Amino acid sequence: MILKLNTAYAAGLAVGLLFAMPATAAECIAPADPGGGWDFTCREVGRLLSAEGLVDGNVQVTNMPGGVGAVAFANVASKRANDPELLVATSTVGVTQIAQGKYPAGVETMRWLAMLGADVGVIAVDDDSPYQSLDDLMGAMKGDPASVVTAGSTGAGGWDHIRLMMLAQAAGIEDIGSIRWVQFDGGGPAVTQMMGGQVGVVSTDLGEIKGFVESGDIRVLAVLSDEPISAFPDLPTAKSQGYDVTGYNWRGFYTGGGVSDEDYAAWVDRLQKLYNSEGWQETAKASGLEPIWRGGEEFSAYVAEQNEQMAEISRQIGVIQ
Amino acid sequence: METLSLLWDGFAVAALPINLLLIVVGCFAGTLIGALPGLGPVNGVAILIPLTFAFGLDATSSLILLSAVYYGCMYGGRISAILLNIPGDEPAIMTTLDGYPMAKQGQAADALAISGVASFIGATLATIGLTLFAPMLAKAAIYFGPADYFALYVMAFATIGGITGADPRKTLLAALLGLMLGTVGLDPSTGVARYTFGSFNLYDGFDPIVALVGLFAISEILFFLEEKAHGGSMVPPGRVFPRLTRVKEGLGASLRGSLIGFIAGILPGAGASLGAVMSYSFEKRISDKKGTFGHGDPRGVAAPEAGNNAASGGALIPMLTLGVPGSGTTAVMLAMLISLNIQPGPLLFERSPDLVWGLVAALYLANFTLLILNLPLIGMFTRVLGLPAWGLMPLVVAISYLGVYAITHAAFDLLIMVGFGILGYVLRKLDFSLVPIVLGLLLGMDMENNLRRALSISGGDFTVLVQSPIALFIYALTAAFLALSLWLARRGVVAPLHAEQAED
Repeated sequence: MILKLNTAYAAGLAVGLLFAMPATAAECIAPADPGGGWDFTCREVGRLLSAEGLVDGNVQVTNMPGGVGAVAFANVASKRANDPELLVATSTVGVTQIAQGKYPAGVETMRWLAMLGADVGVIAVDDDSPYQSLDDLMGAMKGDPASVVTAGSTGAGGWDHIRLMMLAQAAGIEDIGSIRWVQFDGGGPAVTQMMGGQVGVVSTDLGEIKGFVESGDIRVLAVLSDEPISAFPDLPTAKSQGYDVTGYNWRGFYTGGGVSDEDYAAWVDRLQKLYNSEGWQETAKASGLEPIWRGGEEFSAYVAEQNEQMAEISRQIGVIQ
Repeated sequence: METLSLLWDGFAVAALPINLLLIVVGCFAGTLIGALPGLGPVNGVAILIPLTFAFGLDATSSLILLSAVYYGCMYGGRISAILLNIPGDEPAIMTTLDGYPMAKQGQAADALAISGVASFIGATLATIGLTLFAPMLAKAAIYFGPADYFALYVMAFATIGGITGADPRKTLLAALLGLMLGTVGLDPSTGVARYTFGSFNLYDGFDPIVALVGLFAISEILFFLEEKAHGGSMVPPGRVFPRLTRVKEGLGASLRGSLIGFIAGILPGAGASLGAVMSYSFEKRISDKKGTFGHGDPRGVAAPEAGNNAASGGALIPMLTLGVPGSGTTAVMLAMLISLNIQPGPLLFERSPDLVWGLVAALYLANFTLLILNLPLIGMFTRVLGLPAWGLMPLVVAISYLGVYAITHAAFDLLIMVGFGILGYVLRKLDFSLVPIVLGLLLGMDMENNLRRALSISGGDFTVLVQSPIALFIYALTAAFLALSLWLARRGVVAPLHAEQAED
């Protein structure tokens, strides 16, 4: 009998833990497992939306991983296109997938709400590396594109790779297809492999590797932002070195394509209020994001343009036909 | 002895009443979560993260709670592996090999005690290693490149053939099947979809835990239904209290397993599953003189349990000192730390000594708590076997569905789980061991990724695989292992003889 109670208790505890979050109206779909960037976006924005009193009660976070966001995209397109209470977290990574035709439909299927911040791309080398500036590195790669092994947290054709290719093109390197690219499971592993001497250059998001920047284990040759970033104002931008390339990995949201103009405007308004709150400004900086706002029609146009740009580069490096 | 004084300060943090309470709660919850098939440390930790925010815990307390759950899960995973032949989580697969046969012989209590003590030894030694050498070991782990990781996986696969008692050809065939299943999904280095048949649901491939629950839990239930129809009998509960003499038999294996597991844990590309596999196959090579492994040898229970617990402790080293997770669970913990504005990495030990040493002290306390908590519970757990099957089996089915859905949040994966269940049933009918399939799936993906990385670095030149001294050393070790087993086989002291006896 004791045992039966115990087993029942175990099952009860498991169920209790699983449904610990109360159900509410507003919902944010994180198209990934708990722990990743999209999950973080949903959880933090959801927490702040209710803390700032912008929504009633809590925002329920639903994890819907699969297909690098394609499963959630397909689900919203087919079943929840009209749901006015729904947010879906996404980022530059999602648009890259759309641009390369890996989602069931294009960017025009959804209504793009806003971006609240961006992680900034960096090009970094080991502190013992002979390359002191972006010019040194690009000069070496121009001589022989295969002479430097480059790495990042995405596969070939992913955003970390594309950003580096944009830089190589800006430097006038023609044969960008022969640059060696190695994929690791995140910016941190890529940097440790670089510190161990396996690869020469890492292209990834600053937020993922800022611990190594602070400790001085690696040297940042360029940050891919318009202006120097607030957390590390001393790091040089690529633009200041004569390479007109930016590489933001923005974090933002879309909602279903059938949502009314009125509900769409209400969400954009709520997110803008959230963006202006002190809570978001602090949360963003703490997690290595640069707070940057684009919302409503302006954001939709930005996404459409980024989509075009990425499709173009993907064709040039042969990732898509 | 600066370390000791820092550790002493850490105990002052960990011994705060709130933290002590969190350790006990975390250990208990972790043991239960680990014991339930499908629910493992990754989702145990992920489920608890919102709670730490809800209770407004500070970073140190949150990390203490999550680490207690993490250690608790590693202890708990063995329970259902031994009692029901259903591993509670991935690293516990190896524990089924000798744990379940022991339970079948009425020695479930002994097996639980041996594995509990082995878990304690593994986790405690790993924590000591973490205390003394963390920053140094992290620096050494950096020099492990893709080619070296590949060599490590080659070694694991080279020894798989001898892992199970079944026909080695069938074992290799099963491992090959696992490798093939592991290729499904988006190719990580190019993003090309492989064998997905146009379905987005297959982009991420087969989650090893879904395959594991299907292969073990669902197929077990299908077998039960069949046996029920033929009037078969359940596993006997046997003794309720363990014998100290049996526990002693596993001590040497626990020590060896701890060392191997710890090394696997420190390497960010390896992890607890590899630690358990290597510990078991190493122990089998050196200790299995009478061919008793696979038939309920206490050393076969102790080695992988010590190995996977030591690996979990080891995995905290790259997470804390490099900010690079050594396992899925530490990846989730890393995300939580970052959201609490703590940046793990090279400066963590200098900037947040309270957090680091409070955590280390809490790990020592959690280990003792788990040992004290687990030994008296053995009597209760063994009584699970006395439960009427009509009550137990539906519960297993319910928990399997719940666990898988809780991890993947996708109804599609429930179908995958059932598919694997049927596959498991058919293969067991054909006398295949299921362990190599999961290992193929689990280790194959990492092995392929590291091979691809090594070749990307060299520009397609295969000689890169044998240029590093670390890789050469691992290959030499592998060759020595294989030579040893061939030599033993020629002397005729291994399995065949015993297998005949067992069939009598």
